[in-house]
Amino acid sequence: MDYIQNTPADAADMLKSIGVGSIDDLFASIPEGVRLQRPLEIPPALPEQDLLSHLQSLAARNRTFDAGRCFLGAGAYNHFVPAVVDALFSRGEFLSAYTPYQAEASQGTLQHIFEFQTMICELTGMDVANASHYDGGTALEEAVAMAVDHTERRKVVISGGVNPQYRAVVKSLFKHLGATIIEVAQVRGTTPVATLKEAAQDAACIVMQNPNFLGGIEELAAVSEIAHAAGALSIASVNPVALALLKSPGECGCDIAVGEGQPLGIEMNFGGPWAGFIAAKKEFIRGMPGRIVGETVDAEGKRGFTLTLQAREQHIRREKASSNICTNQALMALRATIYLETLGPGGLRRVAEVCVQRSHELAAKLAKVQGVKIPFQYPFFHEFIAELPHPAQTLARLQEKGFLGGLHLQPVFRDLRDHVLLCCTERNSSADIDAFVAALAEAVK
Amino acid sequence: MKTIFEKSHPGRSTAYLAAAGPDEKPVASLLPASALRTKPPGLPEVSELEIVRHFTELSHRTFSIDGNFYPLGSCTMKYNPKINEKIAALPGFAKLHPLQPEDTVQGLLEIMWSLERMLAEIAGMDVVTLQPAAGAQGELTGLLLIRSHHQENKQDQRKEILIPDSAHGTNPATATLSGYKTISVKSDARGGIDLEDLKSKLSERTAGMMITNPSTLGLFEENIQAIAELVHKAGGLVYMDGANMNAIQGRARPGDFGIDVMHFNLHKTFSTPHGGGGPGSGPVACKKFLEPYLPVPRIQKEGASFKFDFGQPKSIGKVKAFWGNIGMHIRAYTYIRFHGPEGVRRNAEHAVLNANYLMSLLKKRFKVAYPRLCMHEFVIDNTPYAKKTGVRTLDMAKRLLDYNFHPPTIYFPLIVHEAMMIEPTETENRETLDAFAAALLKIADEAKTDPEKVKTAPHTMPVKRLNEVKAAKEPIVRCYTCG
Repeated sequence: MDYIQNTPADAADMLKSIGVGSIDDLFASIPEGVRLQRPLEIPPALPEQDLLSHLQSLAARNRTFDAGRCFLGAGAYNHFVPAVVDALFSRGEFLSAYTPYQAEASQGTLQHIFEFQTMICELTGMDVANASHYDGGTALEEAVAMAVDHTERRKVVISGGVNPQYRAVVKSLFKHLGATIIEVAQVRGTTPVATLKEAAQDAACIVMQNPNFLGGIEELAAVSEIAHAAGALSIASVNPVALALLKSPGECGCDIAVGEGQPLGIEMNFGGPWAGFIAAKKEFIRGMPGRIVGETVDAEGKRGFTLTLQAREQHIRREKASSNICTNQALMALRATIYLETLGPGGLRRVAEVCVQRSHELAAKLAKVQGVKIPFQYPFFHEFIAELPHPAQTLARLQEKGFLGGLHLQPVFRDLRDHVLLCCTERNSSADIDAFVAALAEAVK
Repeated sequence: MKTIFEKSHPGRSTAYLAAAGPDEKPVASLLPASALRTKPPGLPEVSELEIVRHFTELSHRTFSIDGNFYPLGSCTMKYNPKINEKIAALPGFAKLHPLQPEDTVQGLLEIMWSLERMLAEIAGMDVVTLQPAAGAQGELTGLLLIRSHHQENKQDQRKEILIPDSAHGTNPATATLSGYKTISVKSDARGGIDLEDLKSKLSERTAGMMITNPSTLGLFEENIQAIAELVHKAGGLVYMDGANMNAIQGRARPGDFGIDVMHFNLHKTFSTPHGGGGPGSGPVACKKFLEPYLPVPRIQKEGASFKFDFGQPKSIGKVKAFWGNIGMHIRAYTYIRFHGPEGVRRNAEHAVLNANYLMSLLKKRFKVAYPRLCMHEFVIDNTPYAKKTGVRTLDMAKRLLDYNFHPPTIYFPLIVHEAMMIEPTETENRETLDAFAAALLKIADEAKTDPEKVKTAPHTMPVKRLNEVKAAKEPIVRCYTCG
């Protein structure tokens, strides 16, 4: 099976126009010794009907949990996606376009990215944003690279409250480049600011996450002061939904803000594709990685949009580029753009408020369950830590009852042995919370 | 047209979410006041209908494969089948949380495991990781594997990566990002790698070489075996940029011609949608000896079940949060299963047939940079026209828009002046190729008879030619009328 339109008669005519006798002749430049002389050993073709059945049966072997019964967050968030997002996202014009190199024929793509950049700036309180990045983890890695370049220092201070997956991505790259990475452990749910002072000496940056991986709200402004006093940059990885309520990184004196756009109307997709974002104070714009869309005018003075500041990028700068990235996540950023424009300031604030409301409701109700403790008192957005007997076994029991419980923290956070990280979003109603609390009470008995 | 911010009207947001319930407490009673923002972010306030019209109008201002022939060289803009989108959106895939227990995602792990094996077979390699998010991230992953290999063998002095002068800019940028120095290797008169120049640049400092094969000139590297042998003899490894795999899938395999490690671009060869510039997906395939360094987790099959394996002590670690761009893996898996071995091979054959046919139509009037049979793409050199008429490649590209065609890639590869790099792909029909050639030939006439018309093109787009210098000099990268 294939999507080829050439009939055998077409192909014969075309070969004639080329002046060769057969398709094999077109491959004559491949040395004979390396031509593949057998069919590929991959499964046989399936017609569309059978293909759909096959994939449906594979999909059926995955378990989807009812939206209200998912209490797992930890970097992927189960938010409601308005129907308008899917409807507009699936237009073929957006799906099957490529990078808007030809600006005049790509005003649609360029404008929706420009709107994305604007809203990322508004949420983060930053001056400039790029057209999006692979994901939140690689966006953070690039922000650290910006700081290392800018300060010409090779020491990176990173809070233990940063998503462990993101820390792993930063480490993969920088351990090869000989940078020193200092992790400052979180204590009882937040990063102890005082301990950062010493670590910040000679550092390129201090990296925080807000709300942090454990849901805790960090003292970003104080951290920025410590960073700046030491000549380091202040970098924050942030949740864009939380920014409807929380002080922005810009207000907290941060130099660079990054994050994951998944909570903004992007399905969880088992971890990708999502859309990272990178925003910064304007003095860092020429060190930023990735595509940036700018406003300009056409030959008649009319407003238009174009990719800009490309002199930073690999296709111009080659080995001197600010990054090797040659893409963004335009289609995923489009989802975030449609989502944010649909919700508006009031709608996004409402989502954030309900997240706060429900997570605090769950925490309060769990505190009353025999055997369950809420061990640390720290301000949190929509995730918090609960302590349970036999967490692994308890989570398995909850799963049997149709609940996707929290994340057992012990494998990564060694001092949190009996602790799980729980999350609520607007999808968990009070009734869902009551059902979950009852199931948990049963499970820990 | 207006931006959404200029359409904003206070109080007009779509009603979205009801109150949390009678027990709702004010946020200020749950979070410290010092943590809360006082000024709301400047998001627009518009109705759902306004949103639908806004994005529908934007879509009308966007060239796409669904709407236009899009022969963008090196990008493989082939048809994106609709079934792929339908399958990727199935709730049993799209709604999965990445940290769900393994026993609840067996169907998806099977897809990933099977896709790894199919890609390994197509590449002639032993193992694959799906984790890299795009081609450039695949390159980074590949170079980190090479680096780990040399470190393990106490070859830390190997700090140079050889890269042909025709390569994509990502190759040297990736070398820098991986802590390597780029050494450029010249192309010879036939468009291949200059063997003498290569020999002179190989040394005990060579960590490896990055090769694109077929090259960005659309040519198969005829000396590939000799090149790989030279690099290996010098102690280096050979990385292949798999951007152009569409030309050779099912006909030749990188693992059989001396490549140690390579990436695929699923959005090119296996038709996952380009999406206006991403998401991509850049799986890396390599030989067995590099497997210990692959990113974690690996997917293992035990009996009939699948699991993630994080226990790889020599691994480079993670290159992306979670497991990769899964939605793209599902589409690529679907695409390969639809095609089967015959279909995959036919894709290469008709991609090469279409490119050579289009070249045969154009070569009578245009200078083909390397006039011999091409693979999936070819490069035209418009220097003669530019000299004669003052009409440059950029002008011709813009004028193509008036004929409703997306222009080819221009000014790349860098070694061809006034380059126009044309890749029609296998999914186009002959009538379209004829019409495109006719348009380009007509523009060549216009360059002589009415050069102004070409130099001021496009004339039929929503905007005229844009002032890119102004955009870069006084960057405005956000709208200021919101908030």
